[in-house]
Amino acid sequence: MADKITLGKALNHGLRRSLENDPKVVIMGEDVGKLGGVFRITDGLQKDFGEDRVIDTPLAEAGIVGTAVGLAIRGYRPVCEIQFDGFVFPAYNQIVAQVAKMFYRSKGKVRVPMVIRIPYGGGIGAVEHHSESPEAYFSHTPGLKVVSCSNPADAYTMIQQAIASDDPIVFFEPKRRYWEKGDVELDAPLADAYPLHNARVARAGSDATLLAYGPMVRVAMDAAAVAAEDGRQLEVIDLRTLSPVDYPVIFESVRRTGRAVVIHEAPGNLGLGSELAARISEECFYSLEAPVLRVTGYDIPYPAARSEEEYLPDLDRVLDAVDRSFGW
Amino acid sequence: MAKGERKAGATRPAAPASGGAGDQHPADAPAGGFVQLLTPDGEHLGSVTTADGTTYAVDFTVDEYKGLYRDLVTVRRLDAEATALQRQGELGLWASLLGQEAAQVGSGRALRKQDMAFPTYREHGVLYCRGIDPIMPFGLFRGVDQGGWDANEHKFNSYTIVIGSQTLHATGYAMGVTMDGKTGTPDGEAVIAYFGDGATSQGEVNESFVWAGVFNAPMVFFCQNNQYAISEPLERQTRIPLYKRAGGYGFPGIRIDGNDVLASYAVTRAALDNARNGQGPTLIEAYTYRMGAHTSSDDPTRYRIASEVESWRAKDPIARVKAFLAKQQMGDADFFEEVDATAGKLALDLRERVLAMPDPQPVTMFDHVYPNGSPELDEQRTAFSAYHATFEGSGH
Ligand SMILES: Cc1ncc(C[n+]2csc(CCOP(=O)(O)OP(=O)(O)O)c2C)c(N)n1
Repeated sequence: MADKITLGKALNHGLRRSLENDPKVVIMGEDVGKLGGVFRITDGLQKDFGEDRVIDTPLAEAGIVGTAVGLAIRGYRPVCEIQFDGFVFPAYNQIVAQVAKMFYRSKGKVRVPMVIRIPYGGGIGAVEHHSESPEAYFSHTPGLKVVSCSNPADAYTMIQQAIASDDPIVFFEPKRRYWEKGDVELDAPLADAYPLHNARVARAGSDATLLAYGPMVRVAMDAAAVAAEDGRQLEVIDLRTLSPVDYPVIFESVRRTGRAVVIHEAPGNLGLGSELAARISEECFYSLEAPVLRVTGYDIPYPAARSEEEYLPDLDRVLDAVDRSFGW
Repeated sequence: MAKGERKAGATRPAAPASGGAGDQHPADAPAGGFVQLLTPDGEHLGSVTTADGTTYAVDFTVDEYKGLYRDLVTVRRLDAEATALQRQGELGLWASLLGQEAAQVGSGRALRKQDMAFPTYREHGVLYCRGIDPIMPFGLFRGVDQGGWDANEHKFNSYTIVIGSQTLHATGYAMGVTMDGKTGTPDGEAVIAYFGDGATSQGEVNESFVWAGVFNAPMVFFCQNNQYAISEPLERQTRIPLYKRAGGYGFPGIRIDGNDVLASYAVTRAALDNARNGQGPTLIEAYTYRMGAHTSSDDPTRYRIASEVESWRAKDPIARVKAFLAKQQMGDADFFEEVDATAGKLALDLRERVLAMPDPQPVTMFDHVYPNGSPELDEQRTAFSAYHATFEGSGH
């Protein structure tokens, strides 16, 4: 039976199940214990699993990730919480120079099965450093896998799959969707869940393909609904996995529709959309009716809250890009 | 109040301080003691001498004491107005200084005009004491900009939200002061870096201690230990009193009663003067308490008990100054009323000006990305304007 719960609660349930199923799983981060995290994603977990498994750490991101590496070498499966996107950078050295390379340097002898959870993206009216989308930095780094969930059902299974995986995974959570509700099968066996590193067709269509992930999937779905009223059938693909990208699903779709629009909040310059556009033009060149278009944040620092609505890709900008694609 | 010289100071023994001078034990002091000059009951101790032989003293004029009181009341009143504005939806966020007024006013007034301050996001009281219009940080909290002030003009750096980063900036700035030959005299420059107890865990803060020690940077590390980093109590950051950390980096550390504006003033003034005279950095731990929530987004009832907050209320930083003024007959009911009324007027004025802050023109988000601009970005700006023009008149 499905429960209707928020994305945040789904993550909470997923973390709980991981803690239950594997005694080596530990959660660590700032304010994750008694407070349950500033977004309450770890709410109640310390109370039920104890202070050794849900650890309030000193206020130091390099420390959180660096000690997690050591715990992982020791056989634990740490799940690190970075409080906000803009605060991951003190840990950047550890993530890029150590987490990403441990398996490679040890010729496959040392695994660091850890998850680094990062609430990301804007739209919540926050002050600076609380609304960023740093996924490209990590997707660019060989040795890291990067995923992002867009809805409660995926949040619930993907966090468990990420924790169970031996790959180090940066797990981007769409913070402005934390409060959105959806059906989640809490009792379904994880083995039956949709695979972590597969994209999913969120809405089938034949006229153009919208590619989105995390917080922008909702925007893409809304755009597709509006376009349908105008007689355009847009296919929406929820990437789910940003590194590696599940290209076969994308290529199949774009070959059918002949048009692709990539949507993300992060700045366009060298964002995920750049790589997707390049790969699609290499692989689907003869099927394309128009160049791959991108609807992204601008190439500026994330602006002050009262400008963010103009910065973030929205329904109008997506539909405008779709129009431009058709007008090519 | 008179903004000039105040009669406060410290006499040091010939040998450099060994660090760990927090050995005075007033009744309300934590284990290890702290420097206190004004007790919670409003008793003025005149001067105190710490174990390393340094004597801290203040002997202000009546007007100066009254001025400090006015500062304390005013920054609390303005802070309360900001909290109200946030609750009414006029600010996106507010980080209240409630409970930390003495630490901020004392250290803020201890700064000389030529000194430079590097704040976190909570130093509204220091900002006020620098003589800066209190509206300055409200753009950031209202979400119309990200501060937008000139650090050099105000001798007050941008608010820094990423925990600890500013301590390195302060250290580098202080190194520049030395390179410019602006230390070694009584009118030299000094630098102060503000940060919290939580911040002391950051690698960057520890690096700033290393650098400041190695380069003998003319600066003061002013740590407001308000006992919490959001929900995490001090024990999550340290096993020894924070001021003792300084010893490991090779410079003196001292703990003060952070709710005592006189101790905050005297010790900070002495540390700044040592710095400007070429004697290097000092770490001051202001032992205080965050009476309110971490920010307006926080719910402190989830992690601390009411009785703890109540016990700190008895150590209120303003009540003790009021008690002192009343006991000494320096201030009467009329004076206290007038201070409240004047602060209230300032708060009202602040409110009106915050409400009048215009929302930013969206296209301005493309401004100030690079000093030398970028043709690519200019194109984005043009396209942005053209796109938005298509909605004109459509009610979008
Ligand atoms: C690098 C970084 N990590 C996390 C945060 C989120 N955060 C904001 S304030 C805060 C606690 C700060 O505590 P403390 O240094 O004691 O200062 P206080 O807020 O108590 O004045 C945290 C964890 C941040 N701003 N920067």
